[in-house]
Amino acid sequence: MHELSVANEIINIANQYIPAGNKSDILSVKVEIGKLSNILTDSLEFCYEALVGDTKLKGSKLIIEEIPVTVACEDCGETTIIENVIFQCKYCESTKVKLVTGNELKVTELEIND
Amino acid sequence: MSRLTIERKVLEKNDAIADDLRKSFKGNKIFSINLVSSPGSGKTSLVEKTIANSSAKIKIAVIEGDVQTDLDAQRVEAFDIPVVQIVTNGGCHLEAGLVRDAYKQIDCKAVELLIIENVGNLVCPAGYDLGEDLKVVIVSTTEGDDKPLKYPAMFRNSGVLIINKIDLVPYTGCSLERLKANALAINPSLKVFETSCTTGEGINKWCDWLESKIIK
Repeated sequence: MHELSVANEIINIANQYIPAGNKSDILSVKVEIGKLSNILTDSLEFCYEALVGDTKLKGSKLIIEEIPVTVACEDCGETTIIENVIFQCKYCESTKVKLVTGNELKVTELEIND
Repeated sequence: MSRLTIERKVLEKNDAIADDLRKSFKGNKIFSINLVSSPGSGKTSLVEKTIANSSAKIKIAVIEGDVQTDLDAQRVEAFDIPVVQIVTNGGCHLEAGLVRDAYKQIDCKAVELLIIENVGNLVCPAGYDLGEDLKVVIVSTTEGDDKPLKYPAMFRNSGVLIINKIDLVPYTGCSLERLKANALAINPSLKVFETSCTTGEGINKWCDWLESKIIK
């Protein structure tokens, strides 16, 4: 989807965390991307590289941690990783499941070479 | 070398505006739906049918989202109800900020049901909260019964599924049963309606249900 605007927002957020007067290189910005968030990671990396050159984050790498879709069963309490988009508990086959992870779209870490 | 923990949502600005909108909708007793589908599934036709059927009973306002033109707003204007057109100029989805600006132009005291018609797209609108009570996803039978499996986030995030163009089933390879089964496998709590905006079939049922949601 709109990876360019998402990359731009990631850069805006990460920029706010660079310590005042920082002279060191920013090595990386880490993000969590849930598999249900409709983000194409290759495209996000491309957009990040295209945008980051003009910012204080110049030269930094975008590290993407892909988060699987997991659900908790409301009947038996077990957690299932959903790989085939069928939202069902693999232990008791109940479809009463709650999404635990998979919607993430989060900036989580900044790595500085100081 | 040092690592700074951040923990910030990328779409936090959108989410904050959506929360404000949600509060305002609630405060003004407005039930709001975010209508999403691929282009050409019949969103605007459903809006027209809904207005024709229900506007004598409930006060409806519409926010139209399109990449270009105000053609949809013109169609809705014919019914003499409040309508605001958002043109995204290429943007593939509505964001909460755009809806907030449009909402300001509506006399919210005179509205019981707000219909937000999103840009036709089964991908991007799934990720953007507009402060709505409910996402309503439309799939038309001409799109095929596999759509839920191909766009799971949209079906997972919606509360209602409307299967439109059921009058065309004989001319397509679409199986209504398979379409429903695919959608319910992704989201068993989906409330399903079957409609044809051409013959009017199923519109009453959908409108009755929608009217029952109006906040008294």
